[in-house]
Amino acid sequence: MSKTYKIALDKLPELYAQTAENRNLYLPIRRGGTLNFEAWHKDAAVDLYGLKTANTPKDLFLPQSEDLYTIKMDGTNIEVFAREFFDKPFAIFGIKACDIEAIKVLDNIYLSKQPVDMFYKARRDNAVLISLACNEPKNACFCHAFGLDAGNPGGDVTTWINGDNLYIQGQTDKGSAYVEEMSGLLEAADFGDLSGLQANIRETAQNLPYAKLPLDKGFTSEDMMAMFNSEQWGSFHRACIGCGTCTYSCPTCSCYDIKDHDGGDCKGVTRFRCWDSCMYPDFTLMAHGNNRLTQKERFRQRFMHKLMYHPMNYEGQFGCVGCGRCINKCPVSLNIVKIIKSLAEVKEDANA
Amino acid sequence: MQMPDMLIPQVGIITDIIQETPDVKTFRVVDLKGNKAFDHMPGQCAMLSIPGVGEAMFSISTSPTNTKYMDFSIKRVGALTNYMHDKMNPGDHITIRGPYGNAFPVDDANALKGKNILFIGGGIALAPLRSVIHYVFDNRDDYGYVDILYGARSVADLVYHREIEKSWAEKRNTNVFLTIDRPDDAWEGNVGFVPDYFKKIGFSTDKVVVMCGPPIMIKFVLAVLLEMGFKKEQVFTTLELRMKCGIGKCGRCNIGDKFVCMDGPVFRVDELDQIPEEF
Repeated sequence: MSKTYKIALDKLPELYAQTAENRNLYLPIRRGGTLNFEAWHKDAAVDLYGLKTANTPKDLFLPQSEDLYTIKMDGTNIEVFAREFFDKPFAIFGIKACDIEAIKVLDNIYLSKQPVDMFYKARRDNAVLISLACNEPKNACFCHAFGLDAGNPGGDVTTWINGDNLYIQGQTDKGSAYVEEMSGLLEAADFGDLSGLQANIRETAQNLPYAKLPLDKGFTSEDMMAMFNSEQWGSFHRACIGCGTCTYSCPTCSCYDIKDHDGGDCKGVTRFRCWDSCMYPDFTLMAHGNNRLTQKERFRQRFMHKLMYHPMNYEGQFGCVGCGRCINKCPVSLNIVKIIKSLAEVKEDANA
Repeated sequence: MQMPDMLIPQVGIITDIIQETPDVKTFRVVDLKGNKAFDHMPGQCAMLSIPGVGEAMFSISTSPTNTKYMDFSIKRVGALTNYMHDKMNPGDHITIRGPYGNAFPVDDANALKGKNILFIGGGIALAPLRSVIHYVFDNRDDYGYVDILYGARSVADLVYHREIEKSWAEKRNTNVFLTIDRPDDAWEGNVGFVPDYFKKIGFSTDKVVVMCGPPIMIKFVLAVLLEMGFKKEQVFTTLELRMKCGIGKCGRCNIGDKFVCMDGPVFRVDELDQIPEEF
């Protein structure tokens, strides 16, 4: 295990400033009542005590809209100009365990299978992920159900707020290099100091109302067809208005559309990709029809993808990380936890 | 030099446009140097686009044995295809990227190679089959008897009609069966839907079936195939879903644990029982 360091909380602005010397620094900043990962500046209202950012770190790797290339047309002649890939180093500080796991989900989708997504890779290669243990997991949090440890969130560097100090530990080569770079501001610390804090966080996380989910029941490939064909889908979706908020606020949702913006003759056409949502009817609309005609099919796709199809493709890794954002934001109070519980009952019934 | 991303296309030139039917044209494409844009296998697809209009996935209707160019037989059904039909002329540029998807297992001795093959097609879906058919004819000794059963709405809607009559029907050990949906004074052949004609002909089961067509045709033909003693393991078909990336990331063509752009479009029919029926 690499060495543990600490820095007094009142000296954090110096840490931010030194971090930002060689890279852009994004961290939770409160603006207009909303907490989000934003670029640090010396007057920014940094808030390390907020539980969850409204948007997720996904935005920094898969921007809501991203230009892919430009096409210039001269009459019927076409010339394609590839965009240069993102090449500015940056650090994200304050990522919670759920969002760190979500980045692993995205890494699997975008990097683990050929062909690799070079736009995503360029951003990932330039990023240092600095996690922060949750001070107090609450309410809709259920990362514990997926085996995540809010008290030891991982990333390239892990940090903990313990008393008046921020404890810091490098986890990867990239992370250890960052810690080394900051060493002038840090003093050696004992990892054992954190045992009480970590025990508290784990205790809190595992006793939250949604923390115990029957994910061990079913949710394996042999249950796929039974779950897909469950009659419950006929009622689950009824309240869903198809707004797509769950997909946009999800740290792992990564489906995208590709569209053209015509900037006029001299600028050419910019082809960009942007977030899309399986909750929308035109997501699968084709000339010969639509294979997901009603909200029932679209709703089912979102949950089956996260809970069944993604784990089947990526060695059991769930496509949900228990951050609870979709639960908090759904305008009609649909709840993935209820879906998981009901689906587990399908499996129980099948076994009965 | 950065590694290019798979989403970034190359520029191609349309060298020829052939009017196949009232609403199907074949677009012949080469790269800017006049060569074939990339290698592919029968059944694979490519993304074509017109900047500002759209990008879409099309099956490649020429065989890998054609090393000079690729054909795309395209029906007018939407914004991009209407534009291609109405506005494009030989010499025009287009963007092209690919190849995408798996392929028909033409070189697999446990699948197509060495076997008698029955091709069943409906309408525009003869386009992807043409790639396999050409491949088989260009490697004729590697395959047994070939039967081709093809149907369209009317005589005028038979894609590659002239090529079928003048070329395919003349190949050795090859039988061609054509049918149209509605009677036509100029037509002396069979009238009726593909599944009914299939029953009427009564093929023996000593062959592998390669089938493409509208979902409704596939459904009914498959029922007849099974009724006549064919096994699902003997039948290969393709799925068509909406696609944006072609590389298993954009999520649109996901069914079960499969991404049709990577794991398909070609599936053996028994494999389709293993995924939700969302196609």
